[in-house]
Amino acid sequence: MKYTEGPEIRDTKAPEGPIEGRWEKRKFSARLVNPANKRKLHVIVVGTGLAGGSAAATLGELGYNVTSFCYQDSPRRAHSIAAQGGINAAKNYRGDGDSIYRLFYDTVKGGDFRARESNVYRLAEVSVNIIDQAVAQGVPFAREYGGLLDTRSFGGAQVSRTFYARGQTGQQLLLGAYQALERQIAAGTVTMHTRHEMLDLIVSDGRARGVIVRDMVTGEIERHFADAVVLATGGYGNVFFLSTNAKGCNTTAIWRAHERGAYFANPCYTQIHPTCIPVSGEYQSKLTLMSESLRNDGRVWVPLKKNDTRAPGDIPEEERDYYLERIYPAFGNLVPRDIASRAAKNVCDEGRGVGPGGLGVFLDFRDAINRLGRDAVEKKYGNLFEMYERITGENPYDVPMRIYPAVHYTMGGLWVDYDLQSTIPGLFVIGEANFSDHGANRLGASALMQGLADGYFVLPTTIGDYLADGPFGDVDEEAVAEAEIKVRSKIERLMSVNGTRTPDSFHRELGKLMWDYCGMERTEESLRKALERIPELREEFWQNVKVTGTAEELNQVLEKAGRVADFFDLAELMCLDALVRTESCGGHFRAESQDADGEALRDDENFAHVSAWERTPDGPVLHKEPLEYEYVKMTQRSYK
Amino acid sequence: MNLTLKVWRQSGPSDKGRMVTYHVEDVSPDMSFLEMLDVLNERLILEGDDPVAFDHDCREGICGMCGMVINGVAHGEQRATTTCQLHMRHFEDGATITIEPWRAAPFPVVKDLVVDRSAFDRIIQAGGFVSVPAGSAPDAHSIPVRKEDADAAFDAATCIGCGACVAACPNGSASLFTAAKITHLSLLPQGQPERLSRAKAMVDQMDAEGFGGCTNTGECTAVCPKGIPLDAIAQMNSDYLKANSK
Repeated sequence: MKYTEGPEIRDTKAPEGPIEGRWEKRKFSARLVNPANKRKLHVIVVGTGLAGGSAAATLGELGYNVTSFCYQDSPRRAHSIAAQGGINAAKNYRGDGDSIYRLFYDTVKGGDFRARESNVYRLAEVSVNIIDQAVAQGVPFAREYGGLLDTRSFGGAQVSRTFYARGQTGQQLLLGAYQALERQIAAGTVTMHTRHEMLDLIVSDGRARGVIVRDMVTGEIERHFADAVVLATGGYGNVFFLSTNAKGCNTTAIWRAHERGAYFANPCYTQIHPTCIPVSGEYQSKLTLMSESLRNDGRVWVPLKKNDTRAPGDIPEEERDYYLERIYPAFGNLVPRDIASRAAKNVCDEGRGVGPGGLGVFLDFRDAINRLGRDAVEKKYGNLFEMYERITGENPYDVPMRIYPAVHYTMGGLWVDYDLQSTIPGLFVIGEANFSDHGANRLGASALMQGLADGYFVLPTTIGDYLADGPFGDVDEEAVAEAEIKVRSKIERLMSVNGTRTPDSFHRELGKLMWDYCGMERTEESLRKALERIPELREEFWQNVKVTGTAEELNQVLEKAGRVADFFDLAELMCLDALVRTESCGGHFRAESQDADGEALRDDENFAHVSAWERTPDGPVLHKEPLEYEYVKMTQRSYK
Repeated sequence: MNLTLKVWRQSGPSDKGRMVTYHVEDVSPDMSFLEMLDVLNERLILEGDDPVAFDHDCREGICGMCGMVINGVAHGEQRATTTCQLHMRHFEDGATITIEPWRAAPFPVVKDLVVDRSAFDRIIQAGGFVSVPAGSAPDAHSIPVRKEDADAAFDAATCIGCGACVAACPNGSASLFTAAKITHLSLLPQGQPERLSRAKAMVDQMDAEGFGGCTNTGECTAVCPKGIPLDAIAQMNSDYLKANSK
């Protein structure tokens, strides 16, 4: 796939000066909108997860006229709800040496020096307000007997800064945001459209001015206008078909915005989560993650011998390889996700994997149960153990769990500046849908933090500065008609193929291809193969997909087909991005770039930049945004 | 496993609807119930038939989107389980399984097994929140909360809003759903200022949506995937009474 290089991105709009003062500076320099004018300013928010739900609620509270969309039947169901482990915040309630600066430092380092310092510092700074806000909303975080909030240490952190609500932190935080949103709906500041899917962005006179959506119940194509559009539509992990994402998660909203001119940054950065329940068969429709908080007390191991088929209880201590503890004595089972995932893949590749197909490793609670007692373990992890048993039919109190890595999160997303504005003026992108804060790898318990930081605190300030110039007047009718025709013709095309394969069968094949060629480990050869195969498969899709029913009714086959079509195009860009980035960093591991120990080897000289892709009729254009580290010294990550 | 499915098919709100029989072969016991329906749907598409429409999303028991009445029981016979978390190993080879949508007047059928549960959102709109705009919160440690209260509040707050309680209730009551939210917020200090007005507004909205009254049959808690206890309804009634006697 051919691409060209365009001008570098030099200005990210981050204020200058000491990093501690930058957000304060921006908050002050951002123009305010007169309260009387806010009602006249219309904002569309697409998606109602932690980022979108909190943003729509907060913008409503501020008095803007908000319209919110989600594809589910209620805004409460967005996939943030499935986050289990917790949310980081630099509260230092434990007095264990945590601080905003340390959370900032850990996040930059954890992201393998591919995130922007200014953004990450702001995230750490705002994190403390999130906990205050959530508690005030009645989010029932875990507490200690003294009545204060409990915390735990989590994936890759040496301080205890993760707040949690049993294994359902995402659910409780999302319900907090959802309830705030419903309060605004009742107050009339937010108009909610459920079961609506965004199918195009309306750009008029160079500004994002609205969306084309499909009413998923009636099939009606609708146009909605606004002075600014916020995309909070989550990540694109479902390009792999099997992932821990909800079945409906898709790339369509951000991809179609990309087609309208928004740059797509770092599409190849994919996070593979180490603690998921392994695949059990061909029919598998999704993978289930279990919180990596399990790694706090569970020990990861495989048999020392290859193809050891003995029951785990029959394998004596000296014939077990606790490989994370062996290779990374300082961090042990708590190494960051990418490292834990790749280590699992390596031992399975050596033939030491366990369970069906040898694609699994043990996560063993035997020692924890002996040390803490079964009750204590049950208190901490009871719901996760139950979930595991439900799915596998095995009881983890007696038999070690089997886990295997699965696609979980995508660090890439639409490029945004410090204000979270994309390259299309008036198009803001928040939460997982943007690329901004996690670099090449996200730390555990940081997704909830980023979604809520963006939605409650950052966007409501920065969007005000943009809206201070509004309202922006009438939307160009020609632009609207063009977008609507584009959406309609794509749907008609899908309806008219009438081939012999279902959308899911194509999606499965694409997903397998991506997992094999652009998954945990990538090589030039595998990526070239993928780039050859994807267009062929896409061609077959457009010749041979079968969509039943009509477009003027609730049609789940049509919904899927539209999403799969966009996944093909995205997959191609992911592979291109992965091919061009010949270094390894965080969630992107190029087999050609590793050190003697098999660890990811960055190439800071050539790749200390964000890769922001522009889509043009002549093919992709790569714009590099150089990354500079003034505060955290670039080092090769080491968790040994 | 080979199964016979009797599935409710209804093309839209105006269609009368009917049970349609399908045979599904080669079902693996490790499949989830929804994966078994995926297999059926893939076949129906290839045969040019309309696949069975059903709501689902996270498929890990937390989003609350899925829900069907399986052999007469909301989410099926396994306790404390959503439909997506129900696995085929709990069924016998050769079994006949009936699959129907939630049935309650305030949950009109949209298509096949898909129903409209927006009434739940409107109950939350009526008062299922603490009025605290972003940016106005005091430090999280300024008000300690007894661990027992926090834990009990959490238990009530785990409601996923799936609607099984309504489907199971002979009166089509939404009491357990409404009570879960009222209880969650009533047990926390943050929920006190609006406690009584909240209970009154939410209960009134629940009635306005056309849900039936509670007669303590307990079917709701028996099918609840999160095991929300019946006590929650007592808490709701107590708050509601206090609100009305003021």
